[in-house]
Amino acid sequence: MARILEKRSLTSVTKLFRVEAPLVAAAAQPGQFVIVRVREGGERIPLTIADYDRDNGTLTIVVQEVGTTTKLLGTLELGDDILDLVGPLGMAIDMPEKGHVVGIGGGFGAAALLCLMRELSARGNRTTVIIGARDSSLLILIDELEKVCDNVEICTDDGSAGFKGFVTERLAQLIDGSGPGKPDRVVAIGPMPMMRAVSETTREKQIPTLVSLDPLMVDGTGMCGGCRVTVNGEVKFACVDGPLFDAHQVDFKEAVRRNKMYVRQEQASKDRSACRSLALGQD
Amino acid sequence: MPLKRVDKTPMPERDATLRSHDFVEVNEGYNIARARFEAERCLRCQDPVCVAGCPVKIPIPDFVHKVAAGDMAGAAKILRSANPLPAICGRVCPQESQCEAQCSIGTRFVPVAIGYLERFVADWEMSQPPGDPPPPPTRPEKVAIIGSGPAGLVCAGELAALGHPVTIFEGLHAAGGVLRYGIPEFRLPKEVLDWEIEQLKRLGVEIVCNVIVGKTITMDDLFGKMGYSAVFVGTGAGLPQFMGIPGENLNGVYSANEFLTRVNLMHANDFPNADTPVMVGKRIAVIGAGNTAMDTVRTALRVGAEKGMIVYRRSDKEMTARVEEHHHAIEEGVEFHWLTNPVEILGDEEGWVTGLKCIRMELGEPDDSGRARPVPIEGSEFVIPVDNVVLSIGNRPNPLLLQTTKGLDANQWGCLVVEDESAQTSLQHVFAGGDAVTGAATVILAAGAGKSAAQAIHEDICQ
Repeated sequence: MARILEKRSLTSVTKLFRVEAPLVAAAAQPGQFVIVRVREGGERIPLTIADYDRDNGTLTIVVQEVGTTTKLLGTLELGDDILDLVGPLGMAIDMPEKGHVVGIGGGFGAAALLCLMRELSARGNRTTVIIGARDSSLLILIDELEKVCDNVEICTDDGSAGFKGFVTERLAQLIDGSGPGKPDRVVAIGPMPMMRAVSETTREKQIPTLVSLDPLMVDGTGMCGGCRVTVNGEVKFACVDGPLFDAHQVDFKEAVRRNKMYVRQEQASKDRSACRSLALGQD
Repeated sequence: MPLKRVDKTPMPERDATLRSHDFVEVNEGYNIARARFEAERCLRCQDPVCVAGCPVKIPIPDFVHKVAAGDMAGAAKILRSANPLPAICGRVCPQESQCEAQCSIGTRFVPVAIGYLERFVADWEMSQPPGDPPPPPTRPEKVAIIGSGPAGLVCAGELAALGHPVTIFEGLHAAGGVLRYGIPEFRLPKEVLDWEIEQLKRLGVEIVCNVIVGKTITMDDLFGKMGYSAVFVGTGAGLPQFMGIPGENLNGVYSANEFLTRVNLMHANDFPNADTPVMVGKRIAVIGAGNTAMDTVRTALRVGAEKGMIVYRRSDKEMTARVEEHHHAIEEGVEFHWLTNPVEILGDEEGWVTGLKCIRMELGEPDDSGRARPVPIEGSEFVIPVDNVVLSIGNRPNPLLLQTTKGLDANQWGCLVVEDESAQTSLQHVFAGGDAVTGAATVILAAGAGKSAAQAIHEDICQ
């Protein structure tokens, strides 16, 4: 069980939780994830570790309320317990070389850049973050990101804040020398179409790029194999071999398809949760 | 001397048509009358050869005689002193190839139903009110157990009985390991497992879930800041193997581990009351013919498949599943495609499984395993139309602990290397047993390994 010590609404559907998890916080590294379960009979879902505080034994996770479990998680309040939380899982980021690293966060993926960019900055890299959202109200954690990296570039689809356009368009400008300049390395975390677009943007210029894949998982320890992805023609388990992979080698088409395996069931589950809430007179 | 029946006293079973749609246990268990009647069949041999066939050397005739005499408490005491998980082993042990294979009656007639009697006695014990709580730990040396499967549970119970404070670390959110996520409810009701775990807790064993040794904490942490004197590694064999044929990543393809975990651990059979789904179409092919394959195909029928098939490259003679599981699967309408080897999983344009392309096989000379080697018949490819494919072709030990534990030696298959007698690994005070050492095997072998390792650990840390 992990007690919620802080809860913040970042947008109407995005919540930040800081939870008490001393063992996980002590072992956590940037790039890793945890698995949570929020009720008996509930599913196990992976969530990227946004940040950790070893001294205080706390872990920060950011959740976008899209399915049954994330919505339930969103209803938990300060002082509540997350029923099960296990981790850290997956491999930490492996980036020994120094240089200009650009982290790209799409939507709530920006949260996962917090500990990642702080660590990369601490290792002596020059760091830039590009975060993007549909409009300025959906941008999250700008102040926090500014503290952990050298430059923060903001993009919105409608131009309500920062650069008007997609993160990949801004990335292309950086590659051409604009702003903080050409990246030596890129890390992208966010929705699959965004990561795929980033991968295409850096492929031709041969800029090493990592993406953080979030396939469906059950156990998160290599036991079920549900999270298999094809990377460079080889089958990998994202939970133990990833979740960060060489973007230019990932079979995105397959990854996108596999993530849609349970679309019908996910909708049925959400409808049922909504019914239950109505029946209970909540919301 | 009473007259001996030549046949086993039949095990009452639920009707195959009804049971293949629910998860209630198939075997209903003996009542006292049947149990005593069956126990009377024992010949009381001077040299009880059955004991030699038991991996944990249960004094079988002794407990069987107690049953015949109606002394169930006495039977339970004998049984539990030799096998800490009798209610589980009585249900899932392959008795026909162990104790019952040796039974003297078996040379001319049908062996005594030792497994059914074991289960009867354990169930009787479960129905009794709990006795006085055992005394608290008496020894200062703490032991950590990694993994709460059969090896870990038994090792924990034995060490607690020897007076040690014991903590089990389990990676999942519920204890039991393969007994929880692997073996289905209709073969091993989870209340039986819960009861066994409850007994351990009464003995003072602490179970900590959601901790993965090798990730959350390290082996060094256990010995260092956490102060354990010894560690037992019972992490099982949970890494699923795939065949490497085209189409394995299509939607609708599962490892048996995933399929069974979704149902057994996550209760996908109760979706959407439970939140985890499992995707089952009308026709499902399970590749492999071990107990896990039988569990998978029978589970598939229970979660809605209309047609369940076993596809196996060898013949029924080489299958590794227990006779009883095979028999139950036949009764429930499972189809068997023997001498059939999958070569490709076919899918539609959207990436969903549509068929399993196979090639027919014939048996050739014996291979390394002593079983006839299956050889493909050229030009015999054909397609079985299916909506799901589940691979049940074996598991290897999980490498997570190995990756972060320096000096812990494993062989080329990832199985931990231990000394035969002591179960000691290449690291001092670290012991191991069960599937993590042998590769995927049986519950009773794991239980036996846990038991003997407990003794070795006790001797190691009490020197």
